[in-house]
Amino acid sequence: MPISRRSALLGLTAAVSLGTSSLAVATAQTRRRLVVVLLRGAMDGLGAVVPYGDRDLASARPPVLAGGDNAGLLDLGGFFGLRPELAALHAAFADNAASVIHAVAGEWRVRSHFEAQDYLESGAGRRLGSGWLNRVAQALPQGSGSAGALALGADVPLLLRGTAPVASWMPEGLGHPQASFYAQVASLHAADPVFGPAIAAGLRERGFTEAALAGVVPAKRGGGFPQLADAAGRLLAASNGPRIAALEVGGWDTHAGQARRLPQALGQLDAGLAALRAGLGDAWAETAIVVVTEFGRTVRVNGTGGTDHGTGTAAFLMGGAIAGGKVWADWPGLAPAKMFEARDLQPTTDLYAVLKGVLRDHLGLQPAVLDAVFPDARGVGVMGRLIRS
Amino acid sequence: MPNDALHAATRFGLGPRLGEPPPADARGWLMGQLDSFDPMLAVPGPSTADGLAAWHLDRKTPVPEGTPSRMHQLWQAERTAIATAMVTTPMPFRERLVWFWANHFTVSTRQGEIFALAGSYLREAIRPNVTARFTDLLIAVMTHPAMLHYLDNGSSVGPNSRAALATKPGQPRRGLNENLARECLELHTVSPAAGYTQADVTAAAAVLTGWAVEIDGAAPGFVFRPDAHEPGEIRVLGQTFPAGMQGGLAMLNWLGTHPATYAQIATKLVTHFTVDTPPADAIARVVRVLTATRGELRAACAELVAIPACWTGVKLRPPQEYLVAAARAVDLPAAEHLALANAMAAMGQPLMGAPLPNGFGDRAEDWTDGEALLRRVDWAWSLAGKLPDVEPGAVFDAVLGPAGNPELRRVVKGAGSRREGLALLLSSPPMMRR
Repeated sequence: MPISRRSALLGLTAAVSLGTSSLAVATAQTRRRLVVVLLRGAMDGLGAVVPYGDRDLASARPPVLAGGDNAGLLDLGGFFGLRPELAALHAAFADNAASVIHAVAGEWRVRSHFEAQDYLESGAGRRLGSGWLNRVAQALPQGSGSAGALALGADVPLLLRGTAPVASWMPEGLGHPQASFYAQVASLHAADPVFGPAIAAGLRERGFTEAALAGVVPAKRGGGFPQLADAAGRLLAASNGPRIAALEVGGWDTHAGQARRLPQALGQLDAGLAALRAGLGDAWAETAIVVVTEFGRTVRVNGTGGTDHGTGTAAFLMGGAIAGGKVWADWPGLAPAKMFEARDLQPTTDLYAVLKGVLRDHLGLQPAVLDAVFPDARGVGVMGRLIRS
Repeated sequence: MPNDALHAATRFGLGPRLGEPPPADARGWLMGQLDSFDPMLAVPGPSTADGLAAWHLDRKTPVPEGTPSRMHQLWQAERTAIATAMVTTPMPFRERLVWFWANHFTVSTRQGEIFALAGSYLREAIRPNVTARFTDLLIAVMTHPAMLHYLDNGSSVGPNSRAALATKPGQPRRGLNENLARECLELHTVSPAAGYTQADVTAAAAVLTGWAVEIDGAAPGFVFRPDAHEPGEIRVLGQTFPAGMQGGLAMLNWLGTHPATYAQIATKLVTHFTVDTPPADAIARVVRVLTATRGELRAACAELVAIPACWTGVKLRPPQEYLVAAARAVDLPAAEHLALANAMAAMGQPLMGAPLPNGFGDRAEDWTDGEALLRRVDWAWSLAGKLPDVEPGAVFDAVLGPAGNPELRRVVKGAGSRREGLALLLSSPPMMRR
């Protein structure tokens, strides 16, 4: 039986049919790495990937949130531009090793972070006991010499929970929240005569400047996402290391002061993606990184210089395995009539289609396996051409 | 009224526990705890004799380098059990009283052998007596090997005792150790307000000579050694006490019912359950009850429940109470209870580990250093990471109730992730106070 690169693998049927030879083949096949980066808090897709060519952009958003005068934007081919903080992502795009999917959303239409994150991680329209990435790990051949799945951070997110064994790894000294979290805590205590001054003094002693707490400049001691990403890259690069990893990064819930907070979050993400790439070394060629968030944000700016919970947003694909240099968008436009519920970016691409495309073409998962991974998305098609063939 | 219930659970208890409905009758719930047997006494644990055996064995045959001693192993199990008691007790008011008195009568693991005895000290001396007469509690403490060893009374020898007189020529003559007697006067009972002198301290030490610890032998535990006891009547604060162990018991009964003692423990109790600078009339009420009942702690605690000042104002939670309140708020799983005890140590308040015999501070100024507060924030953040299924909104409702600060509710429920929401709630001002 001829074994093609994809059919050899990772579907359970294929694994069984391969019998005793599965080990060797699987070892070879599981050289492929998959990293999922969860952006918790809802990234503003319009603020990260600016559709500067849309004639309704200027009326929908003031320049400060729309990327200024567009001068600093990193062009993606004539209509969209990346915020300048996403320089590493843009460099990969220029190398044909990164793509952007825009106006994308999961099938859920809720505006609660917690619910939406449950669905995004469950891979279903309800909260399940296991995450879709764990079900992917279950479908990988066993005994292949690789260490399975890895969660980076203090805990295993729902995304990776389930029956497949998952290791979690937390580097020493990185158990601290991001500067934006400390800033929120400081503001909760600001009016308190005892705790307010004490916490402010404590943060100064730890080396946070007022500017860092206000989100103006990156904190000296942040959430450690770049360090985690670097560690993830090195662990994934090992020949007997894990093949699947999940990372998460917060700071996206930009209800206020988005003009200074979003660049900080994007900068941290980009530094992490760069560190991941560096840590992967030669394994970069075998890697697909998927960057997703639970939903987007409102098109219009609210009364506090921020944006509220929305629907359509952007997702990123990056890695040597990505057929990159493309923006995948069936652009709905920003005219009021085109918005979802007259407030959000209308989603035109189903996130399940994107994820299925990556899983099928990068890891070779077969249709039955994809249905088990995303049980509520049987009718959703598979997006092709995302992965280098 | 749910608000009263939350207040009772927070001010008198260790904070509401997630999933436990608030009591319908807050005052009745508190009073019921004063009249109940401590449920933690039903949890078996090593006895003082077991602790002394571990101590003795460690001394006789030390464990190999790099392995935990038997005393440490014993304490490790005790710490977990203690944290579990704090997180799960259905009688948190009683539990608060246990820790109040354990702190008033501090013994500390800073002195190594206390590892072997701290757990049994709580079980045998403190827990059974938090609603008894103060003198019962005092005598239970002063005859417990943990206290006798912690404050060095075992080595105290009367200058005219048989043991001292039998000293061979050329050997140093043994004598008094005033440590226990001094702390008994200063910290445990009358306080310096009673105007005692050094002569009174020396005399009280002489009264307590012979109160010692038998580490091995037939009956390990408290022992009265007549050979070490100072003969004759002894005057302390103008009061004459007879020789023998009876003299020590008489002295403790007299000190424990002294007006200055009532003033000191009333002030401490009221300060603990109200605010850092409590109203004088609240203290006076508890003093009156102690005087009228000859030091009945149950009656004093019932008076606390009746004092309006105990139902208003706020007070900072020291690290132990903060951590326990947070753990109860999320109903922390048992697997995390040892880590909770470790966090207490990391925040400067290890279980049974006060730096000095005067115990841990009870006022805001003792605990409001900025870095100390940030450690709470960091801990809350890492804890929230371990509890991905806990709903921050549910915790808010359980802990702060429907009347909880709506702005905080908005921040918690609207946070970017469950983890952030929960960590923000656990880092917020109302969690830091009771």
